[in-house]
Amino acid sequence: MTAEFALHEVCIVACAEAWRGDGEILASPIGTLPSVAARLAKATFAPDLLMTDGVASLVSDGVVEGWMPYRAVFDTVWSGRRHVMMGASQIDRFGNQNISCIGDHVRPRAQLVGMRGAPGNTINHATSYWIPAHSPRVFVPRVDVVCGVGYDRAAALGRSARFHGLRRVVTNLAVLDFETPDHAMRLVSCHPGVSVEDVVRATGFPLVLPAHVETTRVPTASELHLLRETLDPKGAAAQELAR
Amino acid sequence: MADKRTTAERVVAQLSDGMTIGIGGWGSRRKPMTLVRALLRSPLKDLTVVSFAGPDLGMLCAAGKVKRAIYGFASLDSIPLEPYFRAARQAGALEASEIDEGMLQWGLYAAALRLPFLPTRAGLGSDALALNPWLRTVRSPYDDGEELVAMAALELDAAMVHVHRADAAGNAQILGPDPYFDDLFCMAAKRRFVSCERVVRTEELLNEGSLPTLRIHRGMVDAVVEAPRGAGFTSCEPDYPRDEGAQRAYVASAQEPGGWDAYQAKLVAGGT
Repeated sequence: MTAEFALHEVCIVACAEAWRGDGEILASPIGTLPSVAARLAKATFAPDLLMTDGVASLVSDGVVEGWMPYRAVFDTVWSGRRHVMMGASQIDRFGNQNISCIGDHVRPRAQLVGMRGAPGNTINHATSYWIPAHSPRVFVPRVDVVCGVGYDRAAALGRSARFHGLRRVVTNLAVLDFETPDHAMRLVSCHPGVSVEDVVRATGFPLVLPAHVETTRVPTASELHLLRETLDPKGAAAQELAR
Repeated sequence: MADKRTTAERVVAQLSDGMTIGIGGWGSRRKPMTLVRALLRSPLKDLTVVSFAGPDLGMLCAAGKVKRAIYGFASLDSIPLEPYFRAARQAGALEASEIDEGMLQWGLYAAALRLPFLPTRAGLGSDALALNPWLRTVRSPYDDGEELVAMAALELDAAMVHVHRADAAGNAQILGPDPYFDDLFCMAAKRRFVSCERVVRTEELLNEGSLPTLRIHRGMVDAVVEAPRGAGFTSCEPDYPRDEGAQRAYVASAQEPGGWDAYQAKLVAGGT
């Protein structure tokens, strides 16, 4: 029997799956829905993950277990023992990501937050992306500023990019990855009720389409219980999706 | 020990046009806003600002003080985008030296250690290098021969940081959960200015926090300004949280025509 679930809960599970098998590393979700997702992963199939409270404490099961000020975060980034899930205002076919600005960098049409740690994150450790509004405005042929490094740029670097790795891109429509010969973005699964055609139309570059596209795993009854009773009782993650 | 206590006005009087100023804190957290307000009131111009930036950079941009910013981001944390920085960028009003936030730390550390650069992978493959032709790469002299970013030292003419307690000699105590990179800002600078919530006697410093809270010692500090609520409206935990209402009012002012002039007039009058 299938439990009733909502789209944001499918997205949370799909994001949580990014950290499966990561072991005892720092999980750094940026944004509300990825944060709920990382806590779901930790509460279920990835119990060894390290997570901060968003300030400077490492917290496990509601108990402070360590200190992680920004300087230690940077050290952890460069040590490679981290998997970040960032957002993207633009992302291209090879996973180059932009959070800096839209337009010419000298005088942008829209200044965004800035490249933050995206260059260092992507060149040093595992990176995934969460994109709540899958559209051709975000999935573009070419990003205006390369902040997070994509596979084509990494390939050009050779050995210096040996710690680079983009794991998955989760959107409101689908799950995508880069498991193709040239690491071009591939459609892995569509969320329930979403067609391959929907995803292709919302993507501004040609996606690699496998012969068989799965349906994204839906939440189990126990995952739904955890999400609704413990991890996100106020439904904050759903609001991020609605925006 | 020398008594280094002074006022924000006397601190700013030591600065001149075109200087490179490093500002401590992070986003909208523990920013030296009393010192920033003194900068706003001054006739200083053409500054280069180095910052993990928040309203410090935003206000200085709004007031037309900034020629160049070296930054990884500008954010108000609970409000993601800094409105006045955004407006200045979209007007093409400043030179934007945008780099990875770890590169920023490395540049300060290199300056602190009097090295021309420190190597890192951060920046490789990204536009952090393409947008900043002043940055170069270096090849490892060892057998690996790896090509790395040679993050240039970010030498500062002056650093401004805000802490919780300090003594008159400049021994400074950070009681909050994160020291950010305030000690590096001080070490990277020729002139080091610390404001604090409260000046205490040296023997009182360990009353409120353990030894590692004494992150900045008097050899790293030239002047001490006692500035209660000196980080306002940014957070200064555990002394006070961010004043979210005041931050929202700041952001709202950026939506009004002439909003900055009105906001600055209130600021100069002494509000937050």
